[in-house]
Amino acid sequence: MGKKILTEHINVPGIETFDVYRKQGGYTAVEKALKTMTPDAIVDEVKKAGVRGRGGAGFPMGMKWSFLAKPEGVPRYLVCNADESEPGTFKDHYLMKNIPHLLIEGMIVSSFALGANKSFIYVRGELMYVIHILEKAIAEATAKGFLGKNILGSGYDLELVVQPGGGAYICGEETALLESLEGKRGNPRNKPPFPAVKGLYQCPTVVNNVESIATTPWIINNGGEAYASVGIGRSTGTKLISASGHINKPGVYEIELGVSVEDFIYADEWCGGVRPGHKFKALVAGGSSVPILPANLALTLANGEKRLMTYESLSDGGFATGTMLGSGGFILFDETACIVRNTWNFSRFYHHESCGQCSPCREGTGWMEKVLHRIEHGHGNERDIDLLVDVAKKIEGNTICPLGDAAAWPVASAIRHFRDEFMWHITNPQEATQPGAVYRGEMALV
Amino acid sequence: MTTETKSTIQFTPERLAKAQEIIARYPEGKQKSALLPLLHLLQEQEGWTPAEGMDYVAGLLDIEPIEVYEVASFYTMYHLNPVGKHVIEYCRTGPCCLMGGEEVYAHLKQRLGIDTGQTTVDGQFTLKEVECLAACGMGPVFQIREKYYMNLTNERVDEIIDELSK
Repeated sequence: MGKKILTEHINVPGIETFDVYRKQGGYTAVEKALKTMTPDAIVDEVKKAGVRGRGGAGFPMGMKWSFLAKPEGVPRYLVCNADESEPGTFKDHYLMKNIPHLLIEGMIVSSFALGANKSFIYVRGELMYVIHILEKAIAEATAKGFLGKNILGSGYDLELVVQPGGGAYICGEETALLESLEGKRGNPRNKPPFPAVKGLYQCPTVVNNVESIATTPWIINNGGEAYASVGIGRSTGTKLISASGHINKPGVYEIELGVSVEDFIYADEWCGGVRPGHKFKALVAGGSSVPILPANLALTLANGEKRLMTYESLSDGGFATGTMLGSGGFILFDETACIVRNTWNFSRFYHHESCGQCSPCREGTGWMEKVLHRIEHGHGNERDIDLLVDVAKKIEGNTICPLGDAAAWPVASAIRHFRDEFMWHITNPQEATQPGAVYRGEMALV
Repeated sequence: MTTETKSTIQFTPERLAKAQEIIARYPEGKQKSALLPLLHLLQEQEGWTPAEGMDYVAGLLDIEPIEVYEVASFYTMYHLNPVGKHVIEYCRTGPCCLMGGEEVYAHLKQRLGIDTGQTTVDGQFTLKEVECLAACGMGPVFQIREKYYMNLTNERVDEIIDELSK
């Protein structure tokens, strides 16, 4: 069993309550931070830990914190991004509903480090029951003196607000989230200025993912170097992986970064292998937005080494032969999965969720969805494949926020690796449109 | 500037107190941040978000009604038209479909005799497609109010509908 930083106590009965969480060593990081550390010292520990943002982008958290502007007389804010909405990703949901105090403890430590006296947890509105769990936990922590005025006699005040979203994937983009938190449509903002300079209410703001913030209690209790000693290279620490699709044991797993993709799929400790009687066809390793890989490339690098569950190894080879760790949304497809249908499904998602602000995204996502729809439904023509590649290229990098890239990459990568399957749909429409029909051509199943 | 409204919709005293508590969470002058939570509160009370209710919310927040309309129409969780007693929001995205979601939802539609976006004639059920519900490992999944129903099969769908129809 690997090291558990976030989920060590997650199965303890009653861990969602303050008392049980406290008995398991909860809130000691708040005591240590507020009584013995300066905010700068906390930032230094997070930097030493090398923890990278767990929402998907993987930007170093300590560096993000150190960018925060600190003008006199202007409030600063910490906003937790709990708008988890990417197909394949459900780890934050799991963490918040099972061990809410871990997030709250992380929010207190992080807010203190950043000099924020009012912080927000922006939760996707679909998770209303999780919002109630968090609100209850906040009330408990407040009653015990860990939130509110003069926390533990330290002179530090913090109010924590849980904000329900309204159902929009785009609000996972940090500036769209801030717009939404201000009571507006979730349209991403142009950057710069970045939120660290002008964020919520035009004040300096840090936006961090749930999982990122939840690492801070452990880092404070054990030190940044101890955290950095877990994992490999620049992929330090552990990562929550949401595993779904055609595997024996779907669920959320905490892994030490650096285990091999093969072990993660086949070991009983984690996914427990591909469904009995089936073969591994393709993998989406980091949520629906990252490039899809065929099985052989998912398991092995170009040099023959095993591919690892790290930021670097998964992206090895660039987009030609690699992908991204992203949010850790791990979706496995066996040979019964139709790549064209799945690509259409993902494309429909991004079209639906585009905020419509940028033309390439608004028009391009719709265009891709329509072309994929006609291929999937037996009305495609050979030019459609190149058309899709062309549209994807024209969206990528040409939008205010990364939703355009997120929409383009699944399409471009599916065509890159499964072009034969698209061609089969186009040249054999009658066969391809039969219920459950799947391309059985030459491909490396594992 | 406050727009004078003559809405017949108002929050119950309990919800009004809750609304005022929500508004007080935000810094002075930033009360518009309460808009999404208040729309949830409105929908919880009315079952949907009628224009009159949105006007009332605008009054509470001292903003223009159009500011409420443009927000309510952007987010998918606000029902802009009347819905049934039980709104079944089923996840139609990739991981749920991989686990047989399309077949299960087809059965659900057949069982209720309605398609997506429609309400049964008895006003009991409304069907709504939603994007990922963040429960991909337990798909197929749908949500009714705050409750998640996971690992759905045709049989399980029948049980749930039977139970809710009582």
